[in-house]
Amino acid sequence: MKFKSQKLAYYFFSTCMLLLCLQITYGFIMGFAHMGYDNLHDYIPFNTARAVHTNLLVVWLLTGFMGAAYFIIPDETQRELYSTKLGFIQLISLVVVGVVAVIGFHFNWWEGRKFLEIPRPLDFLVVINVLTFLFNIGITLFRAERSSTTSIVLYTGLVAAALLYLPGMIYFENQSVDSYFRWWVVHLWVEGVWELIMGGILAYLLIKLTGVDREVIEKWLYVIVGLTFLSGILGTGHHYYYIGAPKYWLMVGGIFSALEPLAFLGMALFAVVMYRRSGREHPNKIALLWTIGCAIMSFVGAGFLGFAHTLPSVNLYTHGTLVTAMHGHLAFWGAYAMIVLAIISYAMPMITGRKNYNSMYGMLAFWICNIGMLGMTGAFAVAGVAQVYLERKTGMDFTLVQQEIEPHFLGLVLAATLFTTGVLLYIYDFYKYGRPNDEALVALTDNG
Amino acid sequence: MLSKSQARLFFVVGTIFFSGVFLWLTVDTLNKMPAQTNAQNISPEVNRGKVIWEDNNCMGCHTLFGEGAYYAPELTKAYERRGEAYIRALLMSPTPWSPQGRKMVAYAMTEQEANDVIAFIKWAGEVDLNGFPAEPTLKQTN
Ligand code: HEM
Ligand code: HEM
Ligand SMILES: [Fe+2]
Repeated sequence: MKFKSQKLAYYFFSTCMLLLCLQITYGFIMGFAHMGYDNLHDYIPFNTARAVHTNLLVVWLLTGFMGAAYFIIPDETQRELYSTKLGFIQLISLVVVGVVAVIGFHFNWWEGRKFLEIPRPLDFLVVINVLTFLFNIGITLFRAERSSTTSIVLYTGLVAAALLYLPGMIYFENQSVDSYFRWWVVHLWVEGVWELIMGGILAYLLIKLTGVDREVIEKWLYVIVGLTFLSGILGTGHHYYYIGAPKYWLMVGGIFSALEPLAFLGMALFAVVMYRRSGREHPNKIALLWTIGCAIMSFVGAGFLGFAHTLPSVNLYTHGTLVTAMHGHLAFWGAYAMIVLAIISYAMPMITGRKNYNSMYGMLAFWICNIGMLGMTGAFAVAGVAQVYLERKTGMDFTLVQQEIEPHFLGLVLAATLFTTGVLLYIYDFYKYGRPNDEALVALTDNG
Repeated sequence: MLSKSQARLFFVVGTIFFSGVFLWLTVDTLNKMPAQTNAQNISPEVNRGKVIWEDNNCMGCHTLFGEGAYYAPELTKAYERRGEAYIRALLMSPTPWSPQGRKMVAYAMTEQEANDVIAFIKWAGEVDLNGFPAEPTLKQTN
């Protein structure tokens, strides 16, 4: 770490750890409810648990992206952040908004639109918050003498993500139109601009960890994000098949969303090839594992499992079933959770000055998390395929089908327990690093 | 070999081009949606029903048009499947509706509120969804 202001990232990262734990807790509540043990129903009904689970996911990932930007931008621009104080204010206000929203969800205060449950008044606060963040990073970039492709791609992704939040705030009387624009936020985030953020962080990590020439890495970064938008923008159509939009979306959405895995395949090849070209051994093996792992798992979860249900003829049957939940978990995990955990693993030794590079807990955390998450994906897959067959193919009643598949949720909860063990090990390792430390300045500038 | 500036050009041109196509299709879609969704039938009741639907986050358990959560039944064709009386009874129920294990929140709605929600679900059931939900092709008829 060369710049004092990079320490700011630490506070964002520790917030991530906290919110991740809470997210998982609510995941368990839903897992048990699906198993037939909806015992908390009177206090935390399923819709509350679900809104908390998914919104905390989005909030901790955004917090992670912000932390990543606060760590990466000073390093890429070779100067301190414009204002650390603004960064702290922004973090605290983000947490306050998040906490208020989560509490509100327990008291029926929300806007029942999937993934955008945060009530409208709080939406405005989120917007102000994100603008503050973008301003802080923006001024830093603007005043810098050099600007790198990596930082520009990262910043473009962050700005575009903020802009795309806006269509989700408009009210429409027509449910179909409402849904049409809801996807501008949800789809164009995860299969569009967030991929820029992921690509930017991935490129940064690869430059640092493999020592491959920046020009080469950044060239391929452009190709990958080019593929993302080429396929992902019109790929939005895979959510327009069956919501009351014109029939041509079956064709447009089908063709372009079928191309979306190319961008994720690109990320995976990119990471693996750069790793093999690597000219030096970076001591931080754990960060390398998370980085390469992220590129590969995002291809499996988003690319492969996304493709599995994206063709209109398949989606007609799987649309809105547990098959979707299967894909949602591995895609969010592989692409976005793992990239955040990768940058945290890379940043922690620098921020704290502790060369705790190859701790056993850190290594175990990586493997246990991933095996656990693959197990969860498998459990959702079996439950989902059975649901599609029984409910959608044979016309069996919904609740009867759900009773048939309850045992798979025992599988889910077991795999989730393994996964949670991995997360706790990761957090233990995080905790062991201790607090940010000025002695880490320069002493541990990485050799890249 | 591809140079960095060519790669950037690919990104910029591709993004602008496909965003343009997407916006154009969006305009066309918005023009066609009123007919496909019978927008003329979105009465004040339907609209109030939608507001109640959102205020209570029904989508947090159910799906509508296949969108939402996977804890409770798909509701797009609920009106057709269950009929008005059944739906009104469960919306107005003061205790959690729980026919086969899964519990629904006890909303204890007024008759007016229940009718609004029913109007909304009835409207949703009439939207042309390009064939969703599909007919169960393996259904046993006996
Ligand atoms: C990292 C990237 C991705 C993430 C985080 C992600 C996440 C999700 C989530 C959470 C949903 C559920 C949305 C909802 O019903 O409200 C979903 C739906 C869907 N995703 Fe992805 N996805 C990603 C990439 C992809 C890709 C690349 C494809 C296609 C190749 C794809 C295909 C689909 C399809 C077809 C659905 C609709 C499922 C349905 O009809 O119920 N996804 N995705
Ligand atoms: C202990 C771990 C977890 C458990 C037991 C769990 C369980 C669940 C359950 C039961 C649902 C609800 C499905 C429904 O609507 O019926 C759900 C939704 C979801 N969870 Fe998790 N989850 C866990 C961890 C995670 C993690 C780590 C992520 C992200 C990386 C995640 C992302 C999601 C997403 C995106 C959805 C919405 C899916 C959709 O609508 O298709 N979950 N989770
Ligand atoms: Fe999508």
